[in-house]
Amino acid sequence: MVYRVITIILLILLAIFFIFPLYWIITGSFKDALTINARTPQWFPLNPILDNYVKLFHQPAFRWLLNTVVMAVGSLILTCFTASLAGYALAKKRFFGKAVLFTIIICAMALPKQVIVIPLLQEMQFLGLRDNLLSVILPTVGWPFGVFLMKQFSETIPTEILEAARIDGAGELRTFFSVVFPMIKPGVGALAIFTFVNSWNDYFLQLIMLTKRESLTLPLGIAKMQGEMSSDFGLIMAGAALAAVPIVVVFIAFQKYFTQGIAMGAVKG
Amino acid sequence: MAQTAVAGTGRKPAPPKMDSHGRSRALARRETVSAYLFLLPSLIFFIGFVVVPMGICFVYSFLDMGINKAATTFVGFANYIEMWNDKTFWQGFWNTVLIVVVSVPAVTAFSLWVGNSIYKMKPIPRSFYRCVFYLPVVTGTVAVTVVWKWMFNPYNGLLNQVTGNIGFDWLGNPHTAIWCIIMILFTTSIGQPIVLYVAALGNVDQSLVEAAEVDGATRRQVFWRIKWPQIMPTTLYILIITTINSFQCFALIQLLTSGGPSGTTSTIMYYIFDMAYKYNRFGYANAMGVILALIIAAFSAVQFKLAKTDNA
Repeated sequence: MVYRVITIILLILLAIFFIFPLYWIITGSFKDALTINARTPQWFPLNPILDNYVKLFHQPAFRWLLNTVVMAVGSLILTCFTASLAGYALAKKRFFGKAVLFTIIICAMALPKQVIVIPLLQEMQFLGLRDNLLSVILPTVGWPFGVFLMKQFSETIPTEILEAARIDGAGELRTFFSVVFPMIKPGVGALAIFTFVNSWNDYFLQLIMLTKRESLTLPLGIAKMQGEMSSDFGLIMAGAALAAVPIVVVFIAFQKYFTQGIAMGAVKG
Repeated sequence: MAQTAVAGTGRKPAPPKMDSHGRSRALARRETVSAYLFLLPSLIFFIGFVVVPMGICFVYSFLDMGINKAATTFVGFANYIEMWNDKTFWQGFWNTVLIVVVSVPAVTAFSLWVGNSIYKMKPIPRSFYRCVFYLPVVTGTVAVTVVWKWMFNPYNGLLNQVTGNIGFDWLGNPHTAIWCIIMILFTTSIGQPIVLYVAALGNVDQSLVEAAEVDGATRRQVFWRIKWPQIMPTTLYILIITTINSFQCFALIQLLTSGGPSGTTSTIMYYIFDMAYKYNRFGYANAMGVILALIIAAFSAVQFKLAKTDNA
């Protein structure tokens, strides 16, 4: 019983510790310079101001937000499309080279993602895509985690249903879109949220690929502002809030799919 | 019944040549073709933007690519030899090892404790805690890092204001800087392991737990003898992903300390970035990338081995 109480207290304290940075970002974004630079902390903004946000949008923050959304949504659509097709084939079709292909995918997933970013930069320069949002979308789509996740979900489709569809004369594509896809929809949902969040926060890839001020994403923009005006914490917090809040809302709204997706992706380890 | 129908179609024209699944060759070929058509879009991206860069990384690691692209020459293992003698690389290497050796066990043990404490709760508090610990991940590394940088600020940072330590530079002190980074890395790393542990513990065979309790097993015995072996695959997976992530620690360092003070927080990943981005030495950067990949592969293999023998 004592053990139980101590656990609960510890958990609550830790929860506060984990929520606090987000709280501090949001409240900080409404504080004026005087409050921020004071020697004593103000736990809650007593005279909230919007100046930080006004200043933020004079940076091309709206442009950054737009870039980030285009990047994340683009990655999401392409990833879900390609991964659900491929995952289905890997789970339900018997074909030459399947075992080899699957092994390659697993091995690639165990590699450090960031290591290939430097050579990717050279590739993107060669393709003339540097500073283009495609340079961050294409590698995100190529990363094989999505295929793996969709394979896990596709395994749950009963083979009898696929055979029934075939006997009823449905072609391959017809079978996929009207039989398979509806059954793996929860998986696609999980993958969509996963890709959206990951792409939004993939700082290293964005940092390497995007350099021009107008092609930056929000995380990059915040980093840039921090480099240029490191003491204007109000402005930086406004940027951080703009980057964090939408994604936190998406996460809380689709929490169920998200956690299911994470758990599914690890079943085989 | 479906099986006989499928096998039957191949029987008419020629003597049936069956594959191991009892299908005719023609049918097997058709299935292979359709499978590859389904895989095609994904494979284009995978090969184009994962396999090709891996190849580039490997090949370029044997080249000397200066700022002057025309002067690219094949230098054999020169980049690797330079790395061996490069003090800055070794400093980054040991910092990386420190981060991994501290954060991987800490993350695993802590997430196991949280997972074990919350998995039996009612759905709402369970989701609440799961969400809360996942929050730093979705908030994003950059947002989390800038707010910590503010909190660590010597003069108007919350930490010094609360502790009355005004003026102490946490991130500028060679003894504290790396621990600040490890702490923040910790908060951004435990979200996924907790979700995984909650799922894994929920799947533990409850009848075994009950049987042990009836037989008078203590809490501790139930945990180590019954739950622990069953969640071993999850632990292994968590160890490996946390290792991979800790080895790649970059954003925190670039935003908080830029590897300073005097290289005490530089990691391999940060050094690779510096080499490629600041000095344009792509050959050398790629050679370090190859080595980093090999180190991670070795670590994962060792963990895999250990966990396997542990279980058997």
